[in-house]
Amino acid sequence: MLRSYYESTARARIAGLLDADSFHEWLPASERVTSPHLATLEQPVAFDDGVVIGQGSIAGKKIFIAAQEGGFMGGAVGEVHGAKIVGVLERAVRDHPAAVLLLLETGGVRLQEANAGLIAVSEVMRAILSARAAGVPVIVAIGGQYGCFGGMGIAARCATAIIMSEEGRLGLSGPEVIETARGVEEYDSRDRALVWRTVGGKHRYLLGECDTIVPDSIESFQQAVVACIGKGDNWTLDALEQEHRLLSDRVQRFGECADGRDIWRKLGWTDPDAIAMMDNDEFVAAAQGRSAKNN
Amino acid sequence: MTIENLKYRFDAGTPTQGATAIVGVLGSGNLEVLVEPAALNGACEIEVNTAARGFGAIWQAVMKDFFARHHAGDIRISVNDAGATPAIVSLRLDQAIESYKGKHK
Repeated sequence: MLRSYYESTARARIAGLLDADSFHEWLPASERVTSPHLATLEQPVAFDDGVVIGQGSIAGKKIFIAAQEGGFMGGAVGEVHGAKIVGVLERAVRDHPAAVLLLLETGGVRLQEANAGLIAVSEVMRAILSARAAGVPVIVAIGGQYGCFGGMGIAARCATAIIMSEEGRLGLSGPEVIETARGVEEYDSRDRALVWRTVGGKHRYLLGECDTIVPDSIESFQQAVVACIGKGDNWTLDALEQEHRLLSDRVQRFGECADGRDIWRKLGWTDPDAIAMMDNDEFVAAAQGRSAKNN
Repeated sequence: MTIENLKYRFDAGTPTQGATAIVGVLGSGNLEVLVEPAALNGACEIEVNTAARGFGAIWQAVMKDFFARHHAGDIRISVNDAGATPAIVSLRLDQAIESYKGKHK
């Protein structure tokens, strides 16, 4: 039976993705490295501060991994939580594993930790770039209930590659935040179809932001991770400039679009409403020549 | 919100071998349970930190039932709770002790 990535906890994802019994956790729950900020506010603390880190192997290749637990405070990044992710990446600079795998599920900064959380997220971004500069690919997987938002949405886009499922969501301000700031006329966060048309996996794939889209199973994510490790990292000035061109083209081409559907139409989809109902293989085949990266 | 700290100790359990295990997530209506080996002369010590105050008597009953079911000694159980119901707590405790014993092969 295939196991849903979406439904799994951070620990279950690690256990399912890595080779059997290969995972060694750093700062495990028994170390009780918990948030001092939450304790000060007399709020409940988690033994691992909502992120599981360590090393293991995947298809025999040594990798480092960090997995955020969306169930604890929406995967929000506090000082300890962020420092654990940074530690994994900095250790990768030193030890050169085959890749660092970041299983992101987060609403962004943990507001209770304010500046400490913001600094933590910026340190994660810098550490991702340091690891890539040292020749270690950083692979992000997004497919959990809480999506990947806030500063961690930016961090994800600093990585070598992003793997998403259709269920996954990637963005900066989350739907509720946009609605609160700009009004329901601007964005109705309860309109689930609209949410997925603007931040969901298929839309991110068509925009060229996610490199691989997979069905919602741990096995599918695992295969995609192995393929990404095999591809390595194109860490060159050329690649960066090409990405910049893609982003400026995007503003030019789609700046006026109010909805994912409008963008898809411009990409050559004559029936954009059909996209939501396509299964993964069908969608990937149909997207050939109809995504921002290759048209 | 203030956290309530509760402590329980049950003596004369059967020394139970295992490896540190954690189950559950500290999310609304859920809890995380950490089980560790501890030289306690056969006792089982339990510490609960819960966001839901004033349910000490119910925790006491749930923990007493748990110890009656498993009689597990020489272990330390630490719980972080975010308002789980007694049934959920019992299931998580069973899952935790199975996971603790299962890893020791």
